[in-house]
Amino acid sequence: MSASMQMARDPEQELSIRNENVASEETFRVEDLSVSFDGFRAVDNLCLSVAKNELRVIIGPNGAGKTTLLDMICGKTRPTEGKVIFDGEVVSGLPEYQIVKKGIGRKFQTPSVYEDLSVFENFEISMPDAQGVLDSLFFKRDEAIRERVSRAAAEVFLADQLHRKAGTLSHGQKQWLEIGMLLIQEPRLLLLDEPVAGMSPREREATAELLTRVANGRSVIVIEHDMDFVKRIAHKVTVLHQGRLLAEGSADEIQSNPKVIEVYLGH
Amino acid sequence: MKLTREATEYLTVGLLAAVLLAFTMTLDPFRLNNVGKYLSFGFVAIGIVLTWGYGGVLSLGQGIFFGLGGYMMAMFLKLEASAPELPDFMVWSGIEALPVWWEPFYSLPITLVLIHLIPAVGAYLFAYAIFRKRVSGVYFAIVTLALAMTMTVLIVGAQSTIGGANGITDFRTFLGMDIVDDASKMVLYVLQVLVLFTVMLAALKLTNSRLGKILIAIRDKEDRVRFSGYNTAHVKAAVFALAAVLSAMGGAFYSLQTGLIAPSLIGVVASVEMVIYAAVGGRLSVPGAVVGAILIGFLKSYLSETFPEYWLYFLGSIFIFVVLFMPKGLAGFFDRLRVGRALGGEAR
Repeated sequence: MSASMQMARDPEQELSIRNENVASEETFRVEDLSVSFDGFRAVDNLCLSVAKNELRVIIGPNGAGKTTLLDMICGKTRPTEGKVIFDGEVVSGLPEYQIVKKGIGRKFQTPSVYEDLSVFENFEISMPDAQGVLDSLFFKRDEAIRERVSRAAAEVFLADQLHRKAGTLSHGQKQWLEIGMLLIQEPRLLLLDEPVAGMSPREREATAELLTRVANGRSVIVIEHDMDFVKRIAHKVTVLHQGRLLAEGSADEIQSNPKVIEVYLGH
Repeated sequence: MKLTREATEYLTVGLLAAVLLAFTMTLDPFRLNNVGKYLSFGFVAIGIVLTWGYGGVLSLGQGIFFGLGGYMMAMFLKLEASAPELPDFMVWSGIEALPVWWEPFYSLPITLVLIHLIPAVGAYLFAYAIFRKRVSGVYFAIVTLALAMTMTVLIVGAQSTIGGANGITDFRTFLGMDIVDDASKMVLYVLQVLVLFTVMLAALKLTNSRLGKILIAIRDKEDRVRFSGYNTAHVKAAVFALAAVLSAMGGAFYSLQTGLIAPSLIGVVASVEMVIYAAVGGRLSVPGAVVGAILIGFLKSYLSETFPEYWLYFLGSIFIFVVLFMPKGLAGFFDRLRVGRALGGEAR
């Protein structure tokens, strides 16, 4: 175990990332993050940092702590120890809605959209303006709002679905809608939990392009299982195992890493 | 002619108000007064539509706020009725000086302000504390149920200062105006219908605003709303406070209409009945809630006169029927007719 930790923190390996998109500027990191549920350490002493413009993919077998990690970053779960630092500011411990306002957006594993509302309304509610009670009561839908919604919808391939009820969309379209609802908040760190689950190959292809595009100008963390998809989008891959960091590196390095093969890819 | 959902709602509210006003010409004073009594529960039911139908927050304690409004109005009326003496129940219990907390109710403006302010502030603080701890759904309902029970026990125990189990009664003037004679009952009824009409319009405005959509979103996927940057505990508590104010307004009208407020009107049974009004009328429909309150109120009067021992079974059966077969109540039934016709009679 200590060997793997060493490997993960090896500064030379950090430097070996050759992706030119990745700027050196670090916007996000977690320090010694741990959480235990009734004595079970779901995430154990984890360190991780993600740069601006970087698309990081987190992989790992079931129960590795991937979703729990995202839960702690966005404030859904409180870490037992350690810190989440975003743009030089500690955000762990803040209420969820304030973490969102700092610029961290979270997509859930199963698509979470408001099924009784139209696609347009789903986007509109997700916009960061008029979130107070009185603001939202006297909120007026103007041309600028329509414009923003149309742009967000076009970005996630839903331009012609605006007036449908979200509940009637296909599974893949719901995934897109939720990604779009995040994008309209203009987050600087985007956390996506299995964004292509349940998508057709064509939808996956489109999503890969979408994710590559949105990573420009912000940081993105994606949890994903499908290694082909991971290779397609990842600038860098982090492997978690039993709540700990097992390895970190480019997709190719990860695929040839004997430790990773042993616990995960080998099966 | 095809109307949007929103236009249909406004039209229904207008029609309902017109029908209620027309009652002044067709009903005898006794029946009109009864309708006025049912309408005071209409206020409560509108609040339940907002919190439960839209926000997904079920409160089984709306009687608390109905009681607060009703008691505060009754305190004002009782002071006027017994001036310059103390209220009769205090005299019987040997109380010699008016309790300090009765003092504000000598003034009508202060009474009216407190009727709105106390439920609003109390409900907001209570609900925010609970929602912030992520207590919701059936657990929230149980807490409100317990509160309703506590409140009746407290009032029943306070015979000397608030009238105990008998409640506050025996007042017949409002600012010197007799409120028992037919003419003033008529004025009171019309005033109540106008206030109710305004409340219905405001509630429709709310449900059709962005806030209304946010409430639906909170009801269906609260986590998603939270992670879109909303303080959902605040939004839910604010709507709960609004519903509390509406209940208190209803309570105040009830005291005026009936000349009586008592613990039995605000306890657990009464509070659950208020939810049934909204469920029968349609928990997503503002005018539906008012119609539900009138309908069940009328049935209750009729059945409790005809079958005094069994009418609660009828009420229970109606509730079960609605929950099983008409989840959106009467309003949902009519809405299906409307949509069905718009689709040229296609089955939906």
